[in-house]
Amino acid sequence: MTSVTSAPLDNHLSLRQRLALRGIDGVTLLVLPAVIFLLAVFIYPFVYGLILSFEPKEGGMFANYQKFFSDPFLYDTILTTLWLAVPVTLISIAIALPVAFRVRLMTHQRLLTTILVLPVTLGTVLVAEGLLNYLGPQGWFSRTLMLIGLIDSPVKLTNNYWGVFASLIITGFPFTFLLTLSYVSGIDPALEQAAATHGAKSWQRFRYVMWPLLVPGLAIAFCLSFVQAFAVFPSAVLLGAPAGPTRVISIAAYQAAFEQYDYSMASAIAMIMAAVQLLIVVALLSIRNLFYRGSTAGGKG
Amino acid sequence: MLLASSPFNEIRLDKMSRAFGSHNALKDVSLSIRKGEFIALLGPSGCGKSTALNCIAGLLSTTGGGIFIDDKRIDTLKPEDRGFGMVFQNYALFPHMTVRQNIGFGLKMRRVPKAEAEKRVEEALNLVRLQGQGHKLPGQLSGGQQQRVAIARAIVIEPPLVLMDEPLSNLDAKLRLEMRAEIRRIHNQLGATTIYVTHDQDEALSLADRVVVLRDGEIRQVGVPSDLYERPDHLDVAEFMGYRNRLTGKVVAIDGDKTSIAVGASTLSGIARDTLKVGDSAVVAARADDVVAGTKSATTVEAVVETIEYRGREFVGTARTAEGLELVFHAPQTAALGSAIWLSVDPARALAFAA
Repeated sequence: MTSVTSAPLDNHLSLRQRLALRGIDGVTLLVLPAVIFLLAVFIYPFVYGLILSFEPKEGGMFANYQKFFSDPFLYDTILTTLWLAVPVTLISIAIALPVAFRVRLMTHQRLLTTILVLPVTLGTVLVAEGLLNYLGPQGWFSRTLMLIGLIDSPVKLTNNYWGVFASLIITGFPFTFLLTLSYVSGIDPALEQAAATHGAKSWQRFRYVMWPLLVPGLAIAFCLSFVQAFAVFPSAVLLGAPAGPTRVISIAAYQAAFEQYDYSMASAIAMIMAAVQLLIVVALLSIRNLFYRGSTAGGKG
Repeated sequence: MLLASSPFNEIRLDKMSRAFGSHNALKDVSLSIRKGEFIALLGPSGCGKSTALNCIAGLLSTTGGGIFIDDKRIDTLKPEDRGFGMVFQNYALFPHMTVRQNIGFGLKMRRVPKAEAEKRVEEALNLVRLQGQGHKLPGQLSGGQQQRVAIARAIVIEPPLVLMDEPLSNLDAKLRLEMRAEIRRIHNQLGATTIYVTHDQDEALSLADRVVVLRDGEIRQVGVPSDLYERPDHLDVAEFMGYRNRLTGKVVAIDGDKTSIAVGASTLSGIARDTLKVGDSAVVAARADDVVAGTKSATTVEAVVETIEYRGREFVGTARTAEGLELVFHAPQTAALGSAIWLSVDPARALAFAA
């Protein structure tokens, strides 16, 4: 028997090749700055805060949490904040949706989008100042209504729930609108045309075609807008009644940290705040999973 | 048979027009379509054929003229009130609904009782040969199957008129032929009046009972496929129907239909499609397969071979005349590139137009 000897086939790939097969190459290194940044400004403070919250000034490990959930002055802030954030988000989406439906068909979309997005650049404090002037007891809003005789005394729209509510809508709407617009314009217009030619009236087209395709996107828009609104702080202080109806959870955290100098308690409140947001977001995303989430194109092409 | 189309005699477009600003996309398009007819709107891109279809569907409003079903004016109705079925170029299936729900959509909108709707959907599924696929989402189907669903969705509502907007242009060549046969079969079976938009003359000729050739928003010619193929009325229609060779010359003799035209040193003849008299300048138009390489004579044109391709039974090539005109020809055997050949034009099939 003759044995054929050839150079042994080298089955060993170089390290570089093996890494490349797993999708790791030189470009991957560009992710590093972002990872370091995340670790430094997000992960580390979060873990630090979490640990800090379990080291209360006095009492056992869970003393801060026990205190929070036994004192209505503290645990009521959750409901107060939800009572602001949820309606504000829902109303923003409810306003954004019809506007987006119209804007998607417009030729001068950019101009309108710019106008709608301007409030983002104003900043919360400026909006708050403006609202104090316009909606305040001596502002033009009340004065105009009194002038035309609709009311006898100024309506109270600032330093209460409605002041914060208005401010949150104004600053949050552009963001909600842009998200909604991108989801609405992502739906192939041919689908609506197909629905129309096959007999669907405008309400049916919305109900059976647009709405089911939009729900997953709107759920994301809701989550992001909600998280923004839930963290309300400046407008709750400036335009609201921070001691009463708009004592939101971030005010409680602020007072714990900077009025009582109890950083451990403040961290615990921050953790509770995060948990509440997470709970709502997770609940929404799991509802979203029940809907069709694939492509919103009508087919090829 | 549950699937049938509703009763009416004709659909009439009466000077239908559509302008976009100062641009007239459709100019006074008038056409009468009999019940059960399969009409193809044929033309190059930008000729207004899709605009015409969208106007008929109601997706675009007309800016002039009217659309009538018998004596009922429908161009003032919204698309959902016209009751037509439409098949879109990109299918436009509802991605979140199953095949069955997609097909049943129009029935649901019309509040057809559930039991009847289910029966009709099942029948439509059988008709487009998608038995057993009803539970799938459109995303799980191939392009050809998706287009079948779109067709089923359009015909299940038993519309007086089915509109098809280049339904095969997204499919690959083999599937396109299959679906073409399928569309023809479904039409033969149901007899649904159909308007079919395409830029592919093969599709139009093989499917349609009558072909409407559009150009720059105007109807150029309406006729049965063989009319258009053999007797186009205008030079531009002829060009679109595959008369790729155009030789310009002067009319030297007329004998009934048969017109002799001097092109360079040779005399060609063709059937006159315009009124010509001796001395007029004219164009001889001929298909590639009617221009054949042969031997030198008074009726052949000399040209230099530029390309030659093997096509199985014969060769197809291009050659350039001394005047710089490019001709496409057929030849029984190959020819050397750069060599001179003599091309004869079949006088019985070539056409003569006024230049």
